[in-house]
Amino acid sequence: MLATTFFFYLFSIIAIASAMLVITMKNPVHSVLFLILCFFNAAGLFVLSGAEFLAMILVVVYVGAVAVLFLFVVMMLDVDFTELRSGMLNYLPVGGIIGLILLVELVLMLTTWSLPVGQTVPASPDAVQNTRALGLVLYTKYVYFFQTAGLILLVAMIGAIVLTLRHRTGIKRQNVAAQVARGPATAVEVKQVQSGQGLQ
Amino acid sequence: MIGLAHYLTVAAILFTIGIFGIFLNRKNVIIIMMSIELMLLAVNINLVAFSTTMNDLTGQVFALLILTVAAGEAAIGLAILVTYFRNRGTIAVEDINMMKG
Repeated sequence: MLATTFFFYLFSIIAIASAMLVITMKNPVHSVLFLILCFFNAAGLFVLSGAEFLAMILVVVYVGAVAVLFLFVVMMLDVDFTELRSGMLNYLPVGGIIGLILLVELVLMLTTWSLPVGQTVPASPDAVQNTRALGLVLYTKYVYFFQTAGLILLVAMIGAIVLTLRHRTGIKRQNVAAQVARGPATAVEVKQVQSGQGLQ
Repeated sequence: MIGLAHYLTVAAILFTIGIFGIFLNRKNVIIIMMSIELMLLAVNINLVAFSTTMNDLTGQVFALLILTVAAGEAAIGLAILVTYFRNRGTIAVEDINMMKG
């Protein structure tokens, strides 16, 4: 139990500190790297609360796909990021006040609100594993939601491809139809060559 | 003993940092998108904590769906960003006023 407490505080402190660094770093590449650190620690929190499958999915999806996508875009776009940061201090008071208000509200709500007594069930170590239990409900009870998630991913994939695809003009492309339509009559030319003269 | 309130506090702090990041980096759309990812992560932590406390797997199914939508949103957002950068040569948010909305 002591180890659980220790690891909870470790993961949450590192996650919050790296989230703070994500939004304050000068270089966006560093921001993305701290975002990855934050996601790793959040995955640790998920493991502590017994959701191992979601923790692994978080690492695979966020660190493996989303963060790499961010890193790719940050490095590909040639943007002057110092210019983008120029008005940061002007936004600090308003953002700070709104953030502070939100945090105070959330903390007040957390301290005054208590769970309904009858519903709290202590997390018991299940005989069935988390991944198996999730699969048992995901493919039966929530199968339509699962299919909708797949549809959303398909739409996102098609949308991203359509948005970024561009046909450049003025470059040579392979024309398959023209290649296939070529026959011996148009492709081969027979010439009589006089000996000693060669073809001009 | 680590209970539900601890997880909710961490999630609340992360969510606030996400909101704060949007206000702080109002010109840089990449950092804004990272802040949105942080906020979605905070929501996921909330859902997983509730799911464990209530001993009900529905919360984790919800978190899985949020993860899916977040991945799709990041892909579409970055694709729009790349297209915008190609056309305008900048990603400053205040210049995105072509439609005068």
